[in-house]
Amino acid sequence: MAAIRAEGLYKVFGRRAKEAVKRLEAGGTREEVSQDLGATPAVIDASFEVQPGEIFVVMGLSGSGKSTLIRMLNGLWEATAGHVYVSGEDIAELPPAQLRRVRREHMSMVFQHFALLPHRSVLENAAYALDVQGVSRRERDERAAEALRMVGLAGWEGKLPVALSGGMKQRVGLARALASGSEILLMDEAFSALDPLIRREMQDQLLKLQETLGKTIVFITHDLNEAMRMGDRIAMMRDGRIVQIGTAEDILRSPANDYVAQFVSDVDRTRVLTASSVMEPAKVVLDTTTDAAVAKRALRDHDAHDVFVTASDGTLRGVVREAELTDGKRSIGDLARSDMPTVRRSTMLADLFALAAETESPVVVVDDAGRLEGVVAREALLEAMAGSTAEAVDRSVDDVAASQSAARGDSGAEQQAPIDRAVAETRTNDAGIVGGAGGGA
Amino acid sequence: MDGWKDWFDWVDLGGWFESFFDWIRMTFRVVWDFINTLLLTMYDGVEFILNGLPSIVVIAVLAGLAWLAGAWRLALLSALSLVLIDLMDQWQNAMQTLSLVAVAVLVCVVLSIPIGIAAARSNVVSTAVKPVLDLMQTMPALVYLIPAVLMFQLGPVPGIVATIIFAMPPGIRLTELGIRQVDQEVVEAGHAFGSPPNAILRQIQLPLALPSIMAGINQVIMLSLSMTVLAGFVGGPGLGQQVLRALSRFDIGLGFEAGLSVVILAIYLDRVTAALGSRTAVARLAEAA
Repeated sequence: MAAIRAEGLYKVFGRRAKEAVKRLEAGGTREEVSQDLGATPAVIDASFEVQPGEIFVVMGLSGSGKSTLIRMLNGLWEATAGHVYVSGEDIAELPPAQLRRVRREHMSMVFQHFALLPHRSVLENAAYALDVQGVSRRERDERAAEALRMVGLAGWEGKLPVALSGGMKQRVGLARALASGSEILLMDEAFSALDPLIRREMQDQLLKLQETLGKTIVFITHDLNEAMRMGDRIAMMRDGRIVQIGTAEDILRSPANDYVAQFVSDVDRTRVLTASSVMEPAKVVLDTTTDAAVAKRALRDHDAHDVFVTASDGTLRGVVREAELTDGKRSIGDLARSDMPTVRRSTMLADLFALAAETESPVVVVDDAGRLEGVVAREALLEAMAGSTAEAVDRSVDDVAASQSAARGDSGAEQQAPIDRAVAETRTNDAGIVGGAGGGA
Repeated sequence: MDGWKDWFDWVDLGGWFESFFDWIRMTFRVVWDFINTLLLTMYDGVEFILNGLPSIVVIAVLAGLAWLAGAWRLALLSALSLVLIDLMDQWQNAMQTLSLVAVAVLVCVVLSIPIGIAAARSNVVSTAVKPVLDLMQTMPALVYLIPAVLMFQLGPVPGIVATIIFAMPPGIRLTELGIRQVDQEVVEAGHAFGSPPNAILRQIQLPLALPSIMAGINQVIMLSLSMTVLAGFVGGPGLGQQVLRALSRFDIGLGFEAGLSVVILAIYLDRVTAALGSRTAVARLAEAA
């Protein structure tokens, strides 16, 4: 069962909110609704599931509705329409006392500006959630101290928050959420107020903690690199709608629409894409006992330059280059050099570049047991970079053309063409599309 | 030329208010009697203590309070200036004025903090309260004395009632402001962890609004002091009566002594409450940051 399930969530601010939802459901755009009804739709038809133990990132620029969305998950803001199920209970239906119980037992929150109680000590702040839960003083002090130790703040228990730097304050915020013992963590731009170095440090720490804790985390951010780094899955939001949900790689490789494509074009893809996306099967894989002459023929047949030598269990023993196959009688097991660089499927492209620059032999991808999985050729590596960049440029050109013709209000056939192409691209996409950005188009 | 005004002869706001006031006075007789008895008893009690004890004991206690609130310098200054009041033979009057202030401030605080909290929590209450507060603050202070006397006869009570009405607004306003100014994210954190609203008020909003509330109480005290002097016009005891007597006799000396005593009381109350305000936990935090 999903830890959190949102179904057709709407949040509209203004007097005629319910009416606005009806209009939006019937296909009205955000602009129409705000003009005709004077209502401001903040979140439009958001549906998604967050699995237990997953880091689910909601990514969008300011005004895209992400903060509103996260506040509907714990009922801080009441949804105008739709449902949120947290461990099977519909948040929208609960009376206030029951809602408080769900918040106490199941979810805690980390805030952008830390939201610590300035008049209470670090320990008392970390123990706040437990205080609210009615845990005895002794136990809550113990558990809060443990949480502070986990985030690396042991020894600061007696200090007041003013004495702490921004990064340390947010560690207290994190400790407070962890100490509560709830399985769901809502993080609202939790690292956005920190400077880049500290932010990176906090991201690493959270990922590390997550390995052992396995919490369900909903993480809000406006920083795409942070989203790609943290998220098991990412929901991209624009103008109140979720335009795409997928893994970082899904979104980079097959953006749901021009907006997402343009957005991700700035991302350092070498830090998101991994070896698995550029590796190819090795062309010539032979057993250690094979003769060099046989190997040479195989290379010629396959138009290849390297022989990958494996043992009978499939583990990689080494590589022999074409030039080294001079003595036809020797087995390639003897000739193989095993100093070639090996990486895993999950190695980031950025790290592959460094390896590829160091050696001449191809970079080899192996699994945990050392079995050969594939090869990354230098050419493939460069192509992956060049290809994706060219693709992004191509898309942004389309996007400009589309927005220009839309601005003119011109329905001439030649202006229409790029829009059609963009829409077609959107439809043929295989990543999970929840709602097109252009809504009514 | 001004003939059109004759058409509106029937408009008689003053007359209407008078009838309305009379109706209220007669209908709620029991309530006014109760308030009268309550305030009179409170005043008599406080005055009995302040004037019953030897002045030197009272001075020592007041200086001691100043020492607790601030520092020895404030305590020393307080002691010296209070002794000066005694030397001017204004001690008994000053203590009567202080008693009026004490009762009025106590009632103001007890009323204004809950009203301020309600106004901070509800925009409806806030909008309803605002014009009333404006009226209370801008109506010339002496005007309150007329209905107060009609309801409570001459003596300390009409002075106290007028003082309460005059001095309460800043207490309400600064309580509301203080609570509304508490960082919304911190309040949100309380909600997000499932704390009930009353606990959020007690554990987050009130402690963080305390410096503002203390500033409000300080204002209430200062306004009360200025009003209790005017209370002399309706038979209120204390320094106000001395000022009035000096005025009617053109007695410069008495006027100066009574006036100086008021100033000393004012400075004492202001400094001590300001020092108390800056000693609240949150105010000290702001200093440290």
